[in-house]
Amino acid sequence: MWKNKTTLIGMVLALFVLLVGLLAPWLTPFDPIQQDISKGDLPPGPVHVLGTDGYGRDILSRIIFGTRISLSIAVSAVGIALTIGTLVGVFAGYKGGLVDAVTIRILDILMTFPTIILGLMVLAVLGSGMFNLAVAIAVAITPRFARIARGSAIALRGRDYIQAARALGMSDLRIIFVHIIPNIANEILVVGTLWMATAILQEANLAFIGLGVKPPTPSWGGMIRDGVNQLLNQPWLSIAPGAAIFIVVLAFNMIGDGLRDVMDPKTME
Amino acid sequence: MINYSIRRILWAIPTMFSVLVFIFVVMRVLPGDPAYAILGDDVPPEALEQFRSSWGLNKPLWAQFGDYIGGLFSGDLGISMANRQPILPQILRAMPFTLDLTFAGMAIGLLFGIPLGVITARYRNTTVDYSARMFSLAGLSTPSFYLGILFIFFLAYKFKLFPIIGGGELGDPWSRLSHLVLPALSVGLTQMAYITRVTRSSFLEIINAEYLQTARAKGLKERVVLYKHGLRNALVPVVSVVGVYVAILIGGSITVDIVFSRPGLGKLMVGAINSHDYMMLQAIMTFFAAIIVLVNLLTDLAYAIIDPRIEYR
Repeated sequence: MWKNKTTLIGMVLALFVLLVGLLAPWLTPFDPIQQDISKGDLPPGPVHVLGTDGYGRDILSRIIFGTRISLSIAVSAVGIALTIGTLVGVFAGYKGGLVDAVTIRILDILMTFPTIILGLMVLAVLGSGMFNLAVAIAVAITPRFARIARGSAIALRGRDYIQAARALGMSDLRIIFVHIIPNIANEILVVGTLWMATAILQEANLAFIGLGVKPPTPSWGGMIRDGVNQLLNQPWLSIAPGAAIFIVVLAFNMIGDGLRDVMDPKTME
Repeated sequence: MINYSIRRILWAIPTMFSVLVFIFVVMRVLPGDPAYAILGDDVPPEALEQFRSSWGLNKPLWAQFGDYIGGLFSGDLGISMANRQPILPQILRAMPFTLDLTFAGMAIGLLFGIPLGVITARYRNTTVDYSARMFSLAGLSTPSFYLGILFIFFLAYKFKLFPIIGGGELGDPWSRLSHLVLPALSVGLTQMAYITRVTRSSFLEIINAEYLQTARAKGLKERVVLYKHGLRNALVPVVSVVGVYVAILIGGSITVDIVFSRPGLGKLMVGAINSHDYMMLQAIMTFFAAIIVLVNLLTDLAYAIIDPRIEYR
């Protein structure tokens, strides 16, 4: 994996983005939500490197702060999906029978819908907010984790050490947590990384539609939405945040590619 | 194969029904009172009650569900809560724009993605391969609406090549087409990225397959070998994922509708969300779900035709 240039670049980029997010308060030249109408609508220049928006807020600072928002929502979404999906999937796969059949049905229904539509449905009902956003995105991703976890659980179910544990009288719950989950943890975490890119993209999509975090909190998708009306006069308002989205998603996709290559030697270079 | 087809078609019915139940549950049972959402907080309780009864919201849930399903069979999707107009005509008006976009986006994805996938597989690890794969990665990493914005700025504005907003006049094919180009490219490029990857990996597996060795041993030219024998089989996985990709396309068309101000289903849906128009939302969801279930059904049937070995799962 380390020899793969793409993955390496991806990881460096992702690390860079992560650092920007973590160190945001020290990196921003200006306060991202401080309004100063007298400095409104400035084009990119020596002081405000990416210009200012209609309220006089520095675009670069908002983009840097937006990193925190986008990353936290994406990580939360994937985290929720991973946890619930794995638990549900392992439980269904291990138990089998009716539980499994019903679960698969529900998973299939959820997977019929495009991610964004599920997100819209959830947000239409729950309302906006960072946590709700994470939930909305997680709803679409959870079935994927559940499926993988279920598959692995079914595969492990017949193994000798599981049979032995059962023979010793170990409870199902204990078996699941002590034996099955640790064995699939690796795979699940890798899959988690693969879905980070999607999560970030979906957050951007939802924010662009208008269902993202509420102002004045900066969010990349929201910034693009705000800037779109001024696209022809002040293109940087929309183009800059979009570039940020592109870089982060690209980074995670590169990492994902590298991971996929490692897992499936057939497509290795 | 007939057996499989019949069973597959029948399977679609309970699937669709489960999806309808799901949509209904999400829209009615989860927290959120449409009366509050639409009328606001400081109206007298009688007004809220009247609102609820006029929309049938105070009937028991199973009755509401019955109304919903019954309405679907008679082609009645209800009345919009926002503009008090019947919903079905509104959806039908918006549909052509969304269908246009979906078809065009898929067409672009397939037309460019398949050859690109084949080329990168054939010439793997060369510069062509690497650049195409970087291009693919970039395509996957760009939100469709951002692509649309970039297109609008550079192509429509700076170089004045295409119209910027709207869907064009439906009656005028040229207008319709010229308004379709940029939006279709915006969703199509992402499609292309997906399809290139699937085609590439599928074709890579085929290239060294044994039955091709036989063709080579017969002395056929490499080109004939690859394209005539190998390609058909390589495309099978592509067909099987078309259903998934259509779902992705539909999702992408929602944001693209906004960017280009296309009067499609995406715009309708966002409008419904902003005005808390739950009836409209429910109707659009139902519509999308029906399309997706149908596309998945057709994809599976096509797959059965292409690969006669398949049996009912």
